Amino acid sequence: MDKKKEKKVVIELQNVHKYYRMGENIVKAVNGVSLQIKEGDFVAILGPSGSGKSTMMNLIGSLDVPTKGKILLDNEDISTLSESDLAQIRGQKIGFIFQSFNLINNLTAKENVMIPMIFQGYPPEERHFRAEKLMQLVDLSERMHHAPNELSGGQQQRVAIARALSNSPEVILADEPTGNLDTKTGGNVMDFLKDLNKKGKTVVMVTHDVDLIKHYPDIVYWLRDGKIEKITKNSIGRSKN
Amino acid sequence: MIEDFFALAFKNLRSRGIRSWLTLLGIFIGITAVVSLISLGNGLQLAMASQFGISANELITVQAGGISGYGPPGSAVVDPITRDDARAIERLSSVENTVVRNIRSGIVEYNNNIQFRYVGSMAQNKKDLDLIYLQLDQEALFGRLLKESDFGKVLLGYNFYNNKEEWGGKQITVGKSILINGEKFEVIGIMEKKGSLIMDNVVFMLEDDMDDIFGFGDTADLIVVEPKNKEEIDKTKEDVEKLLRQRRGVKKGEENFEASTPESALATINSVLSGVQIFIVIIASISIFIGLIGIINTMTTSVMERRREIGITKSIGARNEHIFLQFFIESSLLGLIGGLSGAIFGTIIGFAGMYGINNWLGTELVPNIDFLLIFLSLAGSFLIGGIAGIIPAMQAAKQNPVEALRG
Repeated sequence: MDKKKEKKVVIELQNVHKYYRMGENIVKAVNGVSLQIKEGDFVAILGPSGSGKSTMMNLIGSLDVPTKGKILLDNEDISTLSESDLAQIRGQKIGFIFQSFNLINNLTAKENVMIPMIFQGYPPEERHFRAEKLMQLVDLSERMHHAPNELSGGQQQRVAIARALSNSPEVILADEPTGNLDTKTGGNVMDFLKDLNKKGKTVVMVTHDVDLIKHYPDIVYWLRDGKIEKITKNSIGRSKN
Repeated sequence: MIEDFFALAFKNLRSRGIRSWLTLLGIFIGITAVVSLISLGNGLQLAMASQFGISANELITVQAGGISGYGPPGSAVVDPITRDDARAIERLSSVENTVVRNIRSGIVEYNNNIQFRYVGSMAQNKKDLDLIYLQLDQEALFGRLLKESDFGKVLLGYNFYNNKEEWGGKQITVGKSILINGEKFEVIGIMEKKGSLIMDNVVFMLEDDMDDIFGFGDTADLIVVEPKNKEEIDKTKEDVEKLLRQRRGVKKGEENFEASTPESALATINSVLSGVQIFIVIIASISIFIGLIGIINTMTTSVMERRREIGITKSIGARNEHIFLQFFIESSLLGLIGGLSGAIFGTIIGFAGMYGINNWLGTELVPNIDFLLIFLSLAGSFLIGGIAGIIPAMQAAKQNPVEALRG
């Protein structure tokens, strides 16, 4: 498919199923999905609500394990890992950005950015140094000692992006990153993600917003009823780069 | 790494509501009780000893009844001790001297105000008087002590001088006259403050004067015995007990009288005190246990409230043991904070209580600040917090990240 053969596969889903029990019924949230996310890709997973995209996001982010099928993270089957080891690998390789930012309100912006580095065992000096760099990168140096609830939505999402980048992950996984933001701020956040992608980061975005996929992603997986309905490649997105 | 979790726990605790702090009351009260009790320790002992008029002098006190009490002996004693008993005791080879004393409740009248006060008898020869003053460890604040020939005169406790409100606002001073059971007496001296309700309110007069009023004849409320050799006070006490058993026809173990030394009196005080201490320790243990339950409760609530936060930290790479540590340390610190505030408050109570005792007794005692005890109680409360945190922290650690993220 892709011409650059040497591009590494970062995350691979092989015929993945995820079922939930809802009372008497079994809900097949994801029902046989296979896909590969390669280094440097900007991938969008698009689907209406109820299409199973949240479950997809949890599976791709290795927050959840499949009922059936295999998920490979850097060619390693995540089902062989313990919950804690999986968490640690997740912390190294995947940076999460959530719709509702999910910052910890007791901590300052900078401290939020430093938290993932604690779990990877970075020494304190390095944590401070990197957090300050990242706050600079997202243009929030001035506000790094503020608590999240003292920041605007756009600023909070930029802190979340800085946090996602703190362990230099291979993949940024964004779940409706603009969902709680107005169009202009959302656009800024998307531009930022695109920028990161241009610098070589793999970005996976889960969204229901068709407008968002016009400009930014290279590949769009259209999800419906737990299955991939179609895959489109965004030539506009590419050519704009 | 671990210090990062301490820092995180501090930040989390800072943002806690008052409810969390209220659950620390148990540990706070427990540690306060223990620390204040220990810091007051010797002060309490001294306060009680002086309250019961126990001095450190090497004398034996004999009284009828066999009740272990140090207040004025009641008149309800069936088989009182007599002057003959005292004379017999004095003939013992190990005894130097004996003095008979009687104590009655009398009506004191001054400036048309009437109060009931204990009246104590004083010996009418110098040698015996000196022995009584030695036992009482008393000095005159105003005027002088009673002499063997001071008939018609009284020596009063400090409160007669101090509490003029009790006498219609008119102060009793040396040289004034007061009525005791209708008889007129001249005040010859006021004694120093002792801090004892009995000693500070007592009236002393010579035996014959007192016999005229109360008519106790040959009976004695108590006999003060001076041993020949102070080192052998316990042996002298045994001799006295043996003699009195014979004279009163009772078997060992069934005495209807009691001979006590300052040491045995102090032992009684100490056993009362240790009873109080055991009681306080039990109360403290109960409240610490309640504190433990309180911390378990508040930590469990906290885990529920912070499920989303747990989900977030798991999604950004926290291992289960990281989550466990975070909650465990937070809980330990909660316990420590409860213990620390208790130790501080307990020490304050120790100082305040000792200040009160010093004011009351005119002593200069210093609270006993036991740093080892404080360290141990802090370590203990840290540990209790930790123990309370184990189950909630395990609950936190085993949260499923996907469900936790939903909040």
